[in-house]
Amino acid sequence: MGLFGKIRLSNILQKIFGKKHAKIGIYGPPNVGKTTLANRILRDWTGDIMGSVSDVPHETRRAKWKKDVRVENGGSHLIMDIVDTPGIATKVDFKEFMNVYGMSKEEAKTRAKEATEGVIEAIKWLEDIDGVVLVMDSTQDPFTQVNVTILGNLEARNLPVIIAANKIDLEDSSPATLKSAFPQHPVIPISALTGYNSDNLYSMMVKHFSKKHKKRWR
Amino acid sequence: MEVNPLIKKEEGISFNLVSRNKLDKLSSNEKLKFILNEVKKGKILVLEYGLTPFEQTSLIENTMKEIEQDTFIGVEMEGYEPENQTFFQKIFGINKKPRITMIGPADLLKTVHKDNNMIQIKIIPGRGAK
Repeated sequence: MGLFGKIRLSNILQKIFGKKHAKIGIYGPPNVGKTTLANRILRDWTGDIMGSVSDVPHETRRAKWKKDVRVENGGSHLIMDIVDTPGIATKVDFKEFMNVYGMSKEEAKTRAKEATEGVIEAIKWLEDIDGVVLVMDSTQDPFTQVNVTILGNLEARNLPVIIAANKIDLEDSSPATLKSAFPQHPVIPISALTGYNSDNLYSMMVKHFSKKHKKRWR
Repeated sequence: MEVNPLIKKEEGISFNLVSRNKLDKLSSNEKLKFILNEVKKGKILVLEYGLTPFEQTSLIENTMKEIEQDTFIGVEMEGYEPENQTFFQKIFGINKKPRITMIGPADLLKTVHKDNNMIQIKIIPGRGAK
């Protein structure tokens, strides 16, 4: 069979059986637990970790990724390139790092500058991914403008989204609020910190991201 | 942008309601430039017809490029989710329509609460249009 024949056959097989490899972005506002979740996924499936975590917002200021993470779900599997993106925000105030987190002025200004670059990088990655785990803090109001903006963008691109309702280990969490706020997407309550319900998230990732989606471009 | 001579210069916070008619005449880039210019002057804008999801992400991107740590820390932007598409809009790939949106300087506005029926925003006293 010639190359042309192979390409056509692989396209047909992909259409029938879905994807086996996908680039998945972990997105969300700062401090919702994106890197904690990325670390959880990598630890569970590769034994590795993605990056450091902290209570100070914008800890991840450059996108990090791990290729070829094989996630299994019963008899099926999906090989994913996992991209941990910097938190998306509409504002970055260096004074917050000084006043709330006790940083020096110089440290705070450097962090704020890097954070703005990180937001831009996260947005640029949207062009290059096949699906998104959108991490939301289930102790917070769901309708933040960042959540709504990211979701609107992903919907306009027709990218598959799973909402990870994180921090359900905290007493005031309310994953049900997130479910009712975004009924059009699968919402999986998890604790990235403790690993609670991560099996359900993996199972949904394999199912949801294996489906063939036709991307729309801007 | 041209200054209308009929508009008096007054002290205080400027709250501008921008008509759909004006927004329709601007390209996406022009719209974003107009919004950021006004917001950087300390004005609060209420857009009768909000931004598309792509425009919203571009606004965030442009805002990050424009941040000046001592004078401009970003924007506060709130609006309602776009209306759901009708069956025919879905078939013909017509994007969801954006709805009324408020955009202002982040050091001046703070969103207190938002749900499907109410957006509560506070103006932080002591700041405003220059």
